[in-house]
Amino acid sequence: MPKREDIETILIIGSGPIVIGQACEFDYSGTQACKALREEGYRVVLVNSNPATIMTDPETADRTYIEPLNTETIARVIAQEKPDALLPTLGGQTGLNLGLALSESGILSRYNVELIGANRKVIKKAEDRELFKDAMLAAGLDMPQSAFASTMGDARRIARSLGFPLIIRPSATLGGTGGGTAHNDEQLELVVGRGLDASPMNEILVEESVLGWKEIELEVMRDTNDTVVIVCTIENFDPMGIHTGDSITVAPAQTATDYECQAMRDMGFLIMREVGMDSGGSNIQFAVDPYDGRVVVIEMNPRVSRSSALASKATGFPIAKIAAKLAVGYTLDEIPNDITRETPACFEPTIDYVVTKIPRWAFEKFPGADPELMTQMKSVGEAMSIGRTFKESLQKGIRSLEIGRFGLGGDGQGVHYDQLPRKELLELLLTPHPDRLFQLRSAMRAGVSLDELFELTKIDPWFLHQMQEIVAMQDELVERRPQTAPGQPPAISPPHMRQLKRAGFSDRQIAVLTDAGEEAIRDLRKEMGVEPVVKLVDTCAGEFEAFSPYYYLTYEREDEFRPSTEPNIIILGGGPNRIGQGIEFDYCCVHAAFALKEDGFETIIINSNPETVSTDYDTSDKLYFEPLTLEDVLNICDKEQPDGVIVQFGGQTPLNLAEGLQEHDVPIIGTSPESIRRAEDRESFKQLIDKLGLVQSPNDTATSVEGAIAAAHEIGYPVVVRPSYVLGGRAMQIVYNDEQLDRYMSAAVEASPEHPVLIDKFLEDAIEIDVDAIADGQRCVIGGIMEHIEEAGIHSGDSACVLPAFSLAEDELEEIERQTKALARELEVIGLMNVQYAIRNEVLHVLEVNPRASRTVPFVSKAIGVPLAKLAARVMAGKTLDELGFTQEVNIEHTAVKCPVFPFGKFSGIDTILGPEMKSTGEVMGIDARFGAAFAKAYIAAGHILPTRGTVFISVRNRDKRDAIFLGRRLNELGFHIVATEGTAGVLRRVGVDAEVVYRVSDPRGRNVIDLIHEGRIDLIINTPRGEEPREDQRRIRAEAVLYDVPSITTMAGAIVAVMGIEALQHGEIDVKALQDYHEGIIHEASAAQS
Amino acid sequence: MTTSNDRKPAILALEDGMVFQGCAFGADGERTGEVVFNTGMTGYQEVLTDPSYRGQIVTMTYTEIGNYGINSEDVESGQIWVEGFVVRENSPIYSNWRAEQSLSEYLRQHGIVGIEGIDTRMLTKHIRDVGAQIGVISTEDLDADSLVEKAQQAPRLVGRDLVQEVTCRHPRRWGQSGYEQDLPPAGQLSLEITAPPRRWVSEHGPRPVSSLRGYWETYRVVVVDCGVKQNILRHLYRRGCDPIVVPASTTAQQILAWEPDGVVLSNGPGDPEALPYVIDTTRHLIGKAPIFGICLGQQILALAFGGETYKLKFGHRGGNHPVKSLETGQIDITTQNHGFCVDLDSIEGTGLKLTHVNLNDMSAEGLCHDELPIFSVQFHPEAGPGPHDASYLFGDFIEDMGQFGTRDQTSGELPPP
Repeated sequence: MPKREDIETILIIGSGPIVIGQACEFDYSGTQACKALREEGYRVVLVNSNPATIMTDPETADRTYIEPLNTETIARVIAQEKPDALLPTLGGQTGLNLGLALSESGILSRYNVELIGANRKVIKKAEDRELFKDAMLAAGLDMPQSAFASTMGDARRIARSLGFPLIIRPSATLGGTGGGTAHNDEQLELVVGRGLDASPMNEILVEESVLGWKEIELEVMRDTNDTVVIVCTIENFDPMGIHTGDSITVAPAQTATDYECQAMRDMGFLIMREVGMDSGGSNIQFAVDPYDGRVVVIEMNPRVSRSSALASKATGFPIAKIAAKLAVGYTLDEIPNDITRETPACFEPTIDYVVTKIPRWAFEKFPGADPELMTQMKSVGEAMSIGRTFKESLQKGIRSLEIGRFGLGGDGQGVHYDQLPRKELLELLLTPHPDRLFQLRSAMRAGVSLDELFELTKIDPWFLHQMQEIVAMQDELVERRPQTAPGQPPAISPPHMRQLKRAGFSDRQIAVLTDAGEEAIRDLRKEMGVEPVVKLVDTCAGEFEAFSPYYYLTYEREDEFRPSTEPNIIILGGGPNRIGQGIEFDYCCVHAAFALKEDGFETIIINSNPETVSTDYDTSDKLYFEPLTLEDVLNICDKEQPDGVIVQFGGQTPLNLAEGLQEHDVPIIGTSPESIRRAEDRESFKQLIDKLGLVQSPNDTATSVEGAIAAAHEIGYPVVVRPSYVLGGRAMQIVYNDEQLDRYMSAAVEASPEHPVLIDKFLEDAIEIDVDAIADGQRCVIGGIMEHIEEAGIHSGDSACVLPAFSLAEDELEEIERQTKALARELEVIGLMNVQYAIRNEVLHVLEVNPRASRTVPFVSKAIGVPLAKLAARVMAGKTLDELGFTQEVNIEHTAVKCPVFPFGKFSGIDTILGPEMKSTGEVMGIDARFGAAFAKAYIAAGHILPTRGTVFISVRNRDKRDAIFLGRRLNELGFHIVATEGTAGVLRRVGVDAEVVYRVSDPRGRNVIDLIHEGRIDLIINTPRGEEPREDQRRIRAEAVLYDVPSITTMAGAIVAVMGIEALQHGEIDVKALQDYHEGIIHEASAAQS
Repeated sequence: MTTSNDRKPAILALEDGMVFQGCAFGADGERTGEVVFNTGMTGYQEVLTDPSYRGQIVTMTYTEIGNYGINSEDVESGQIWVEGFVVRENSPIYSNWRAEQSLSEYLRQHGIVGIEGIDTRMLTKHIRDVGAQIGVISTEDLDADSLVEKAQQAPRLVGRDLVQEVTCRHPRRWGQSGYEQDLPPAGQLSLEITAPPRRWVSEHGPRPVSSLRGYWETYRVVVVDCGVKQNILRHLYRRGCDPIVVPASTTAQQILAWEPDGVVLSNGPGDPEALPYVIDTTRHLIGKAPIFGICLGQQILALAFGGETYKLKFGHRGGNHPVKSLETGQIDITTQNHGFCVDLDSIEGTGLKLTHVNLNDMSAEGLCHDELPIFSVQFHPEAGPGPHDASYLFGDFIEDMGQFGTRDQTSGELPPP
């Protein structure tokens, strides 16, 4: 069928901020969908609260609303834009839930908006576990035995009839939030309680355990013509019981026969038909009993998903784009396959390589969080790798993870598992852990049989055997080592070298295993002519000629490398998402590719993150899906001979490579690595600050505990300590005394052994400023001066910030501008630069200077309507800001607020207090003409509730008591009831603010705030911590607040802003306005100023 | 664990001089055949046992082969038919609940030479670019030039009757557990054997016999065995047919002596034009019984009606080919395995018309007769390996038989024994 002509405007809902379980993959799919629909001539309206996305670029959709994702806001957008249709299947679970809610609340029918892609019936049938189960049984399919419970009593009864272990799945939550496994009554109580709370429907499924079964997924697409295709089969390395987002997954399925694959394929069809999904894609999960092959259906997602993004990258088949076209009426045979151009999209991709996805966790950021892998997803990102064999792909995947590993062991890291006694290793393996690959390796080396390992882990013996082959190759290499004379390159024969490389070994591993240097191995290898070749990802295993510019490297005979015909620039991506390095950097890389492509360069992206827009083969002229290690990047540079390499856009990952690349004469463009080093290195930075006559907080460096303590005494507590060269404030801490410092030093030295620990005076009660600027070596233009709402001391990635700065005086702003420009000039910045300042007692302190893209670039770009990353890329490629017409700062009349989003809900029991170590996974933006409304939007978009009435609990440290008076009074006037601890209540009462007293949490005499939280009586918490000691009371309050979804504010500045937000909400000042309209206003102003 | 230099070497040499050095797995020896590639990511066991691969050395484009081992169920015939097997990586172990032995053991048992470790993508692209090549795979002669020469001197597929090598020697009857009964040739039938007793067929097929509902099998189908895949017989049987498999050389008269309700022209290897006797048989069956041609069967049918066939550059082999029905617009993802194809222009005026088309290259995928209950497909509706989308065609065939014949179908409850 041709496309629908009765639809003109289509509304797409994005997935909001990056959170665990919902990451960049929905930017990738949403962006593809926007492009695909606009190509077809539709007018696309987009709503998404996440500014760090390509989909919210004003060019991606016709109308872009960066607004909170809730039904009220979207209803306003609908009223304003009058879309004909809503496509809810591209914004993850968030988009789907909202689509359903809008439909059920009657908003869609009121405005005559049709749900396309998946209608209400389809969504309900697939998402409601009971309806889904009925549908599956009706279709004659097998499912795990299960029953629904909405009370603890129900759950206990069901448990008695099914027996342990049991899986608890809350209905309709993200990434399995609140789910878990119960092996006994005690665990049952815990997991059921949590699950019932987590489910918005207050419902859980108690299910027969298929723990330890094999997990296989299908990516299925179906059109209105009832044509169904399987895009990809994915086999989980990890068995059932570990969330697929936390599982290593492999495409295609490795251990299923054709008979079994086809049986699952048939079931997939039945499911699509039974659920009624007829114009889009779905992910279907099956569990297979490894002992008798019984197949049960686990679930189906009637939308694009993390797995579909992975399947798209794994096969080259763009699921989201095709799903969008199916939603507007096309059938699969009418859509061409971009890659072959000749053949239609109506086929099943076949691949001639193995794809492995490995999750990336961030437990190092959340001390106290339980790292056990289970049915609730905990990873924050993932890396994908392509190899001709599983061994190659697995080892490439491991070195893509950015965890300092260069393969499956043998890289000189993680040796502690080798030293564990066998018994302890086996015990460790019983509980799935992020390190299980390395634990398994050590167990294999300790002689544990594969049968035993299978019994312990239920990882398929085939995978275990593949790992064992790698381990055996390592052992063999070590055995040969004694033959090597000292100082000589190791005696490896060329066929042996080739065999190692074909099994995915890195030069680093070979070097460590043979006691040689990495460089020596590289030279030896090149001398032997053992060099990788380029292979194509083409959807058809070479059967047809392919035009896709999508490549990977492997060690084979035929090289499919296609030399560039234009000057070429390589843009290094950021690797897997982790805390501190996320979508913002991918955004910058994508912008660089877009801008340089427009300027006639051939753009080449190297990245290993399958979720991203940068790894869409449409983004650059060439895409290399490869790990971002020096070896892999150099291999590509050897082929491409780039005219320039951009390292400053992908975050810390490519920056870490800068030095090595330069040593190999790779031309790095933009700010020189020397300048980057000069800004990162403590000593040279100090000299720089002195030279420019700027002020820095007193600081020092130390390499020992004693040195650190001496330095701290010299500077004066409190001090901020951190290892050098880290992103996201890893292992950064504020310490107040010798004891804390002593404790810190032992942990930090491990965090980064080559570099000393940095010790800075902590500026208490300072206002923190973030500045993004762009410079061309001559001129520097400020993109934005952002003021943090929280005081200094909270990592900039974790603090809410406001653009333009709201409380700074004109002369302060001028001084910031002056210093920023001086720094840019001195560092000869070409490209982007981010400077962090703190103002304390009217003195501007430079905290840090990062001559590279920062996390706030997309936020600032969207707020001011100037694509900073694009301009920066052009500047790096040789243009001047004059030539680009960006010579003056942009003043905006509206306010933009950036608010971080935290994963605390996923890790029960950990402290939610913010500090210099970054903990947020994502961010949202609120934009409005009025400050209060902008804040309210951002705060709500971040998933918090900003109450307009009810009870506020206030407990502040002594220093804040004075500010609390006005706050309390204002809240009182706004109609809030106030509850406070004794001290705070006393102060409030003295000035006539009525406050109810509750006991401190540690006070056993009576009811405290936690009791009130449990009773649902608290709507807002304002609780500022005392710095000196970690206060158990406060930790508990904050933990309960997270559990019970009560907004909790921990700084006075935050509280004041929150009150302004509440005022805005009470006055009903929340309107929606498209980004394009804000930007038009800015342009208007600029041209008015010119004329 | 051994390194590649410790492994027994093997060489694959093509007639155009391209040579691949790899490692041997499976049996030792030297074999010659047309080198073709199959793009299915699973189903190597079915491929190995598919008689249509007679005379061919098959390379799998997917790289990890042998992972799930070999079982006794997923076979398309009683033996391995490929001349040689080429993979990137043969799995030394296997893992699957049904697996009974490893791929290399299986190959060794059947005397099939395998080569692994070569750049199979390069080989695939080469075949795609230059067309199918005769190749020699050897673990004995490791002299590349000598192997290339052998490849150049080996017989081509065009004009060669490979069906003789794969067809059965005498008629056989297919039942629930496979080939159940050897039958004397049709000419020597005594009366009671002409009409073997009918059998009760459960509606649920041969697997879970939980219901007594079913019907008496009705249709006797003579399957002309040009190298028939057992899944064709399984499909017919499951639908209540009584498949009698006869040698390819069986004459029309002999076939008709079985009083068939329908005739299936099976798949098979090689060039259809090398089979004048089957074409002749088919010609004499036209109008006498419904005919269903599969793969080689379609080509034979077209030739019998005066059409022509040609050799494709590198053939279609895999399980992901989209085929569109011109009648219903329905698209099926199909299994394919053919190197020859019906020339579309040649069927004009023969009474045959195009019913299905391959969306990748628009080649002829299905034909039917204007008036007679005769139809055929170039792909494999029986799958094995591959998708099951097109299995409904067996139902169409049964419908044809129902309309053509006079026999009634009785269904209902199984009478007490």
